[in-house]
Amino acid sequence: MPNGSMAHLDALEAESIYILREVVAESAHPAMLYSVGKDSSVMLRLAQKAFYPGKIPFPLLHIDTGFKFREMLTFRDRICQELGVKLIVHTNTDAVKDGANPFKLSTSRCCALLKTKALLDALAMNGIDVAIGGARRDEEKSRAKERVFSLRDSLGQWDPKNQRPEFWNLYNVRIAPDQALRVFPLSNWTELDVWQYIDREQIPVVPLYFAKEREMLVRGDLVIPLDHPMDLLPGEKPQRVMCRMRSLGCTYCTGAIRSTASTVPDIIDELKLFRRSERENRVIDHDQEGSMELKKREGYF
Amino acid sequence: MSTEVAAQDLLRFITVGSVDDGKSTLIGRLLYEANAIYEDQLSSVKKASTAKNVDLDLSLLTDGLRAEREQGITIDVAYRYFSTPRRTFIIADAPGHEQYTRNMATGSSTAELALILVDARKGVLTQTRRHTLIAWLLGIRRMIVAVNKMDLVGYQKQVFDSIRADFEKCVEGFPGIELHFLPLSALGGENVINSNGAMPWYSGPSLLELLETLPATPSVSDSFRFPVQTVIRPNQDFRGYAGQVSSGTVKVGDEVLALPSGQRATVDGILLQTQNLEKAVTSQSIVLTLSKHIDLGRGDMLVSPEDPPKVTTRITSNLIWLSSTPLRDDTRYLIKHTTQTVCGRVIQLNKKIDIDTFTEIEGDSLGFNEIGEVEFELHSPVFCDVYKDNRVTGSFIVMDPRNNDTVAAGMITAMAQPGTGEASDSDAGSRVALQHGVTVWFTGLSGAGKTTICRAVATELLAHGLQVEVIDGDVIRKHLCKDLGFSKSDRDENIRRIAFVARMLTRNGVVVLVSAISPYRAAREEARHTIGDFVEVFVNTPLEVCELRDAKDLYKKAREGAIHGFTGIDDPYEPPVAPEIVCDTSRQNIREVSAKVVDKVLEHLSSSAAGSER
Ligand SMILES: Nc1nc2c(ncn2[C@@H]2O[C@H](COP(=O)(O)OP(=O)(O)O)[C@@H](O)[C@H]2O)c(=O)[nH]1
Repeated sequence: MPNGSMAHLDALEAESIYILREVVAESAHPAMLYSVGKDSSVMLRLAQKAFYPGKIPFPLLHIDTGFKFREMLTFRDRICQELGVKLIVHTNTDAVKDGANPFKLSTSRCCALLKTKALLDALAMNGIDVAIGGARRDEEKSRAKERVFSLRDSLGQWDPKNQRPEFWNLYNVRIAPDQALRVFPLSNWTELDVWQYIDREQIPVVPLYFAKEREMLVRGDLVIPLDHPMDLLPGEKPQRVMCRMRSLGCTYCTGAIRSTASTVPDIIDELKLFRRSERENRVIDHDQEGSMELKKREGYF
Repeated sequence: MSTEVAAQDLLRFITVGSVDDGKSTLIGRLLYEANAIYEDQLSSVKKASTAKNVDLDLSLLTDGLRAEREQGITIDVAYRYFSTPRRTFIIADAPGHEQYTRNMATGSSTAELALILVDARKGVLTQTRRHTLIAWLLGIRRMIVAVNKMDLVGYQKQVFDSIRADFEKCVEGFPGIELHFLPLSALGGENVINSNGAMPWYSGPSLLELLETLPATPSVSDSFRFPVQTVIRPNQDFRGYAGQVSSGTVKVGDEVLALPSGQRATVDGILLQTQNLEKAVTSQSIVLTLSKHIDLGRGDMLVSPEDPPKVTTRITSNLIWLSSTPLRDDTRYLIKHTTQTVCGRVIQLNKKIDIDTFTEIEGDSLGFNEIGEVEFELHSPVFCDVYKDNRVTGSFIVMDPRNNDTVAAGMITAMAQPGTGEASDSDAGSRVALQHGVTVWFTGLSGAGKTTICRAVATELLAHGLQVEVIDGDVIRKHLCKDLGFSKSDRDENIRRIAFVARMLTRNGVVVLVSAISPYRAAREEARHTIGDFVEVFVNTPLEVCELRDAKDLYKKAREGAIHGFTGIDDPYEPPVAPEIVCDTSRQNIREVSAKVVDKVLEHLSSSAAGSER
């Protein structure tokens, strides 16, 4: 490596820590959106680093759709307790009472109620003006132009035409009372960076990421988890499949991938060979071309 | 894990070109060849290519938002990522659209290198020149000029050579530029990763080889600069300063100078969470601890004492205007420089710069996408270097306090030393005409956060175009009340003098921010009565917290008995009965508290103005 320059993971880490500190120094009521996944786990470690030996100075917010994996919830509660951080869990209970699920509604309607609406309600109820999220620009095409500090209007909506220019590392954290910011400290990380960092820092992640034989439903190309009740089609029955989760969402909409990668280095090796984007197995991106962008405009993270 | 990865460094570069020069195709190819494209994305591109009846259109990989896709153009900077065993890359993909100045400048601000595309058939265009100059203005010195579509000109050396000569001529007079020329065909992949021998006359490196081997570090000053982002003080035994090293290096045992206080201390420790480092380099985010306790907070800077930055309230800068509302010289702006935000006012527009020719043009304002040399007068000093020496301490953004937009990006070219600037009292014309001002009286224990809130409130109010004066108890005691001690009668006299001055200022339309412990209720009530337009802010931070902070080491001395009659320890603090505002900096942050105070002040001023009209 040329003299004086930092290794790429160190450079990414330093940038993210700087961003987290700017948020805390300049916003009134920040919170971190904690989805329990690998990106959230990395963010949490970065937040620990940014304020050590002090504690993480903002609460975590988890939007629970009720369709999360049991292992995620156990993991979430253990980690929050270990770190001594405040956790806010919010569920759109009205929608759940009405029996919202992706089969009854469309996937997009289900997400709108259980995720987008729940998130906006939770932010409003807790007076959170700056929400830190784990989205990365390499995740999805429409995110490539996302700002690190992304401005949302009073309805939580994102207007791609009305974003502030971002120069150097001078972030404008000023907002009007009816505006909010979403901040993405992992903007410049790739999926591979995330796993390499997890490996280097020995960061605990939900065991669902690691391959093992699981009871699953195989439907076409999809390998679907059976954590929550599921109507089987005629002739379908659960089978044991060697698989792992590439990303964690709701059980209905997160397909597993067939894999034997059971350790973090295995996953890194697999990623280097396996060039499929991590959202491919998510049903929701395939609603229609550009659907993630539509969701973002409506306030989805 | 493989050591290969650990040794990778990071290069950020910007790609620029005019529409149809082949930029999307080239980036698509780089990503494709570096195996940075996911199979499912590739298959959707294959599908789209088939629909368009073409082979494999790699430019489709980098298309962006829906709206843009519909219009068939890209209008914002997009960031792309790929890595090779040698290096990790972040590409700022800036579109060659009419809004190019803002986009190009944004992308260039964080890039260390520019990749400039030229279409072999068209040669160097006006656009090419503009793009190059903007990149140069933003501090990029190292550039790769890729002459694309060589297949369409028969791979002729002559064409390449003449474009090269044109280009060199067009950047004449721009010092420090380092150019690397390269002929290629993005469509066929010739010279992108390697060569298929179509141009035997070119024996230089391929594009990827260049990207992998050119130095990643920009040439900037190595003087140590460390703007403090936040103070970390979890308990009595730890006080650390968190920030990112802007430039230079720092080692344990180094002497550092604190700005603006001018105090010196030695670096005791450099921490990255549980790691104790011996040394930190440029761009590292760390926590520093010092050998002794000095007055230091967010917005302040630790620097090398041998070679400090300039401390100034007067800066000259190249300013890129980003807003559709033009620059005005009768408006207050907020200027964010490193970790501090100060209020500033334009003194003059020295000249406008035509980006096509880079020559001076006439004009008395700056509009969207225009560039000019602008002088600012700042209300409080910044610690800065010129941009060409230091991209961090030489840059700033300008925000409009009325809508919070980022309206400009500035690069400092010169600064006046304190005292050499003209006095700043010539702005009577821009003052909001007021009958009366108001005194905001911050009372509370030592270390409660009065001064910090005061500073934040002052910046905001100045940005509203108000006349603001800060009366700080500590300062008053060194000057106006030098003769007074801390007996009850001396404390009362101290408050009486402060109230007297505040009253005269308030009467003249000034917003006076008084920050004084002022422990006795009766004395404060007397001040309220004397001044009339009075807002009392009780900074009710608990004693334990104040004592933990102990910014001036006074509690320690009081506990040890070295000082007597210290408020909160062995002298009473009488809390206000009905203050207009109560706050607690241990539970609320500065942003929240100062917004509350600012609102109250504005409310007071508008109601008293309405009252006087009637
Ligand atoms: N013959 C040839 N065509 C090219 C080359 N590079 C790009 N093109 C074509 O030039 C057109 C514009 O390319 P595109 O990448 O979309 O340009 P952009 O506007 O700069 O992003 C497309 O039709 C490409 O296929 C090249 O090296 N040779």
